[in-house]
Amino acid sequence: MTDQVHSGQEYFEHLIDQDSRVEPRDWMPDAYRKTLVRQVSQHAHSEIIGMQPEANWISRAPSLKRKAILMAKVQDEAGHGLYLYSAAETLGTPRDELNQQLLDGRAKYSSIFNYPARTWADIGAIGWLVDGAAICNQVPLCRASYGPYGRAMVRICKEESFHQRQGWEILYELSHGTEAQHQMAQDAVDRFYGPALQMFGPPDADSPNSQQSMAWKIKRFSNDDLRQRFVDMIVPQAEALGLTLPDPDLAWNEERGHYDYGELDWDEFFAVLKGQGPCNKQRMQRRREAHREGQWVREAAAAYAAKTSRTATSALIGA
Amino acid sequence: MASTESATTQSAGTAITPEDIAARGVKADEDIARYALMLGDDSLILAQRLGHWISRAPELEEDVALGNIALDLLGHARFFLTYAGTAWDRSEDDLAYFRDEEQFRSCRLVEQENGDFGRTIARQLIFSYYQYELYRRLANSSDATLAAIAAKALKEVQYHQDHATQWSLRLGHGTEESARRLQEGFDVLWPYVGELFEDVEPIAALGNRAVAPSSLREDTMGRIVSALEEAGMTVPDAKPAYGSDRTGRFSEQRGYILAEMQVLARQHPGATW
Repeated sequence: MTDQVHSGQEYFEHLIDQDSRVEPRDWMPDAYRKTLVRQVSQHAHSEIIGMQPEANWISRAPSLKRKAILMAKVQDEAGHGLYLYSAAETLGTPRDELNQQLLDGRAKYSSIFNYPARTWADIGAIGWLVDGAAICNQVPLCRASYGPYGRAMVRICKEESFHQRQGWEILYELSHGTEAQHQMAQDAVDRFYGPALQMFGPPDADSPNSQQSMAWKIKRFSNDDLRQRFVDMIVPQAEALGLTLPDPDLAWNEERGHYDYGELDWDEFFAVLKGQGPCNKQRMQRRREAHREGQWVREAAAAYAAKTSRTATSALIGA
Repeated sequence: MASTESATTQSAGTAITPEDIAARGVKADEDIARYALMLGDDSLILAQRLGHWISRAPELEEDVALGNIALDLLGHARFFLTYAGTAWDRSEDDLAYFRDEEQFRSCRLVEQENGDFGRTIARQLIFSYYQYELYRRLANSSDATLAAIAAKALKEVQYHQDHATQWSLRLGHGTEESARRLQEGFDVLWPYVGELFEDVEPIAALGNRAVAPSSLREDTMGRIVSALEEAGMTVPDAKPAYGSDRTGRFSEQRGYILAEMQVLARQHPGATW
């Protein structure tokens, strides 16, 4: 027994050293499994809760083309949630249990979704900044050491880059539209800039779990490195949009070869994380409500599945 | 319109897009345009209704499925409205966002509130069966644009039928509660079914360019009744509701639907998005 564990551990370490992939049936340390279940399910929960601020604007999208794009985007997010729950399930925790953790408030989701989408321009800012930050975070995850997670991320990243582009396009149109539209775009960027930068998590010095995740090659870059990469990416994009970023300290640093940026409001970040955001209660209430109101439907589907086999009914279709 | 490349432009090989219809240069005459508006408004309003389920469905798979159906219907609406607009030099958005309640031509069935999942499925069953029979025939229209739209829509509506049929069976034969809720859905909606088959204007003037709704009644109702029976439902004994035409005696819900859908566009008339 001891030998087996030992050889399992050796093989695991070998895989990590070789930059190879750990697969569901491979031995892995309990802490590695636990970290992954937490991270992957939090990511899935973020996709699901993140549908709400955008779904809020489907009914009011200002053109039919924008309505179609937004519907497709929110639908993609439900799809991302599904792949990620499936990836988490390969680690041995069923989707129902993960969902229950979300509903009970035991699991977290990305705090950014506790901010409201007040105007149509917020849909642009969410696409450009929030999805943009998510992409910076997620592209390195395509190489995460756990196979099913990395592979799910490949597909998710492709769709996210499309989402970011549509956000950019919304803001571009607004910025170059009427004065009122331009102002709407600027206000949205002013509100989402800080929270988007905080999506990478606290500064490295305050992020104790990051080291272990990097050693396991789940995470490839530190929070601050990713944040820097994001800032460097969005500054020229903001210029192209004709919009400003609300940070007086933002300046090119020749020596570092990067943009310097100002201190973020971490008190607000931690307060929102703990439940004080503008929409924390509302987001959870809506999720719980959908779950509760869907209970009878799921029960009916389960009862039907128990009563009959699928093949018997398919003859009815396309009659 | 947009200065950047359109995110919805589809690659070559796809049958038809709203942009294609606008670019074709075919101008619909007034009668065809009024007919296309009627078809487009039905799909637009139902897409608006179904879109509300996204992020609220009983399970994630249904967020995806209902979202997909809404997206298909919105696509069909965009084709029809774009085509209708060629008669009056108006865009799909002019027609969707800047017509008032009395100018819409949607039927009352699609305007009804979603209710619970049972009622939504009941409406999907009735409406997807109706659209299937309609598009199957309209694909042979002598109007080439309508025929092309119908041929494309038909493929998608087949899936909508499948989705509604499968859920009707699950709810109808699932639990006592699910059967009761599905039955209530059919009971509430049944008075608005008859309207689908009325030969309103300008159908008579269109000849074989359109499909007369009355010609769909027998096949459509036959199949709907069979589906109800398969699901263990009782066919409601309800007479058609009065006021049943598409020309102005519309439901109370229509005003709310349009108020929400049009609010932002109307705050910024003339703006592009």
